[in-house]
Amino acid sequence: MQATTERENRDILIQANHLRKLFAVKKNFYSHPLYVKAVDDCDFSIRKNTVFGIVGESGSGKTTLGRVILRLIEATGGSVVFDGKNLMSLSSQELRLFRRRMQIISQDPYNSLHPRKVVKKLIGEGLGIHFRLSSQEIDERVKNILTLVGLREEHMYRYPHEFSGGQRQRIAIARALVLKPEFIVLDEPTSALDVSVQAIILKMLKELKRDFALTYMLITHDLAVIDYMADDVAVMYLGQIVELGSKNDIFLRTAHPYACLLIDSVPPPTPSEHWSGKILNGEIPSPIHVPSGCRFHPRCPQAREICKTKEPVLSELQPGHFAKCHFPLNA
Amino acid sequence: MKKTSSAAGSAKDTSLKKFLYERKPMLDDVKHSVYLWKKTPLALIGTVIIGLFLLIALFAPLLAPYDPIATDLSRKLEAPSAAHPFGLDQFGRDVLSRVIMGSRIEVQIIFIISIISITIGLIVGIVAGYFGGVVDEILMRITDIFLAFPRLVLAMAFAAALRPTLANAIVAISLVEWTVYARLARAEAIKVRSQPYIEAIKAVGASDFKIMFFHVLPMSISPVIVQLTMRMGTIILTAASLGFLGLGAQPPLPEWGAIVSDGRSYLMNNWWITAFPGMAIAITVLGFNLLGDGIRDILDPRIRR
Repeated sequence: MQATTERENRDILIQANHLRKLFAVKKNFYSHPLYVKAVDDCDFSIRKNTVFGIVGESGSGKTTLGRVILRLIEATGGSVVFDGKNLMSLSSQELRLFRRRMQIISQDPYNSLHPRKVVKKLIGEGLGIHFRLSSQEIDERVKNILTLVGLREEHMYRYPHEFSGGQRQRIAIARALVLKPEFIVLDEPTSALDVSVQAIILKMLKELKRDFALTYMLITHDLAVIDYMADDVAVMYLGQIVELGSKNDIFLRTAHPYACLLIDSVPPPTPSEHWSGKILNGEIPSPIHVPSGCRFHPRCPQAREICKTKEPVLSELQPGHFAKCHFPLNA
Repeated sequence: MKKTSSAAGSAKDTSLKKFLYERKPMLDDVKHSVYLWKKTPLALIGTVIIGLFLLIALFAPLLAPYDPIATDLSRKLEAPSAAHPFGLDQFGRDVLSRVIMGSRIEVQIIFIISIISITIGLIVGIVAGYFGGVVDEILMRITDIFLAFPRLVLAMAFAAALRPTLANAIVAISLVEWTVYARLARAEAIKVRSQPYIEAIKAVGASDFKIMFFHVLPMSISPVIVQLTMRMGTIILTAASLGFLGLGAQPPLPEWGAIVSDGRSYLMNNWWITAFPGMAIAITVLGFNLLGDGIRDILDPRIRR
C-alpha cells in the first residue's frame, strides 16, 4: 500500500490542493467587497507525460485556474506542488528561476507577442535570463527551435505583425519550448485559429510532447480537442471541478449532468449524423452570487429538492473517476 | 596583403547587408513617417523653424557679428541700423549678437530640462502604473502635490529657494515639468501591463525591472515623446519668464527672457531691446508647437495606416 502511493507520487508532476482564487469587487468606495469565486476549492493532480484537459463554458474559471497554477495570478488559498516543491512558498526570486520549468501558451497569438520585438528577441529573451550563453549560442538555439516548430531561420528578424495567426502561435510555442520546460499550460491554444491550422498546431503539440517528454495542462472549451489530446479530463463549472476522470470515463461513462449536456451540445461534423439537439439552456450564473446547494441545479434537468439545499461532494464513483453530484448518471 | 584586405572588406560588406536586412521593417517604418511628415505642411514649417533655431545655436559664434557682452556706453540705445540690425541696448551691446548667442542657452535649457524631467517622469509613472495598488497611490499622491500648484509659481518658488542662477532655474523647471510625463507614462503603463505579451514575458521569468524598462517602457514612450515636443515651447516660455523675473539667468548672460527684462524700462522709447528677443521667443515657441502637433499626427495610428 505504502509502496504504491509512493510510486504514484513519483509519477505526479503537479498536485493542486484546495486551490482558491477570489477576486474582490467593490461596487463603490464604502461598500463591503463582494467576491468573484473564479476558482473555488479545486483539487487535482497531473501525472508526468500526460495531458490533463480542463473543459467548461466561458466564465467557468478555467483560464484563471491555469494562471493560478503557474502563479501568474496569486492564489487566495491552497497550494500547488510542482515536482515535490510547493510553488506558493517560493520567494519571487526563486519563482522567477523556477519559471523555466513551467511555461504557458496563451489563447491569443495576436497579443501574446511583443509588437516591437523581432522573433529572435522574443524567443531569445528567456534564454538570456535562464542560461549563460553567448549571443552566437542564443542565435543557434533560436534557429534550431524555429525549424523545430516549422518556421525558417530567416524569420528571426521579422516582427510579429508579419506573420499569420498560425505562425504566431508557432512562435509562442517556440518561446515556451526553447527553455526546455517540463510542464506547459496550453490555454485554448487553437481557439483563435482556422480549423485547418488548428489541426496542424495540435498535431505538432502532440509530437513535441512525445519528443520532449512534456506534460500539458490543456484548457479548452472544444471537446474535440480534448478527445484528440487529453489523457485525463476535469470538467469545470462555476469555479469548481464537477467531474474528474480519464478521457474514457468522461466521454463514455459520463456521470455529471453538466458534462453530459456539454458533450451532447456539440453538433456532429456531418449533417447526415443524428444530433440529439440537446442544448444547455441559460447562461452560466454570476460567480459572485453562486446558487445555493449544487451550483448547477438551476440549469440541471435532473435537479431535485436536495440539490437546492445541499452541496454535493466530489465523490469517487469508480477508481479515478469522480463526480460532484447527488444523482450521478450511469451509476 | 591586398588579398586579406579585400576579404576583410567583403566581410564588412555582408555584415552591413545583414545589419540593414535585420532592420528593414524599422527602415520602412521610418520611410512611412517621412512621407506623412512631408504631407503635413504645418509640421514642415515647424521643422524648418526648429531646424533654423538649432543651426543658429550650433553656429552662433560664427553668426554673431559682435561680442554679445562687450559694452560700448558711448553708443548706448542706438536704434536699428545696417551695422546693427537689432539696435544696441542700454550698455551699447549689439542686440542681434545677444539674441543669436542666447539661442545656445535656450537649447541648453530645453535639452537638460527634457532629459531630467522625462527621466523622473518615466520612472515614477511606469513604476506606479506597473505595480499599481499602494505603490501607485503613494507615487501619484506625491505627483498630485506638485500638480496642486500653478507650474510657474512652483518653479519660481524652487528657483527662489535654490538661489537664482541659470542652473538652478533648470533644476526648478525640471522639478515642475516631470509630473506631466509621470501621469502620461502611468496611464500608458496601466494599459500595457495587462497585455498578454507582458504576461508572457513574466511567464518566461523576466524580473519586474526588466519587464518595466524593456517591455512596458518602449510601448508607453511615444505619447510621452509627443507631449515632450509639445511642451518644449512651454519650457522655453517658463525659462524666459524666470529670466524675466530675475530668477533665472543673471546678466550679462544673454538669455532671451533676461534680455527682455533688461529692456523693459526702455520699452517706450527704445522698443528694439525687448521686441527682438521677444520675437525670437515667440517664433521658437510657435515652431515647437507646430512640430509637436505634427509629430502627434504622424504617430497617430488612425492617420498612419
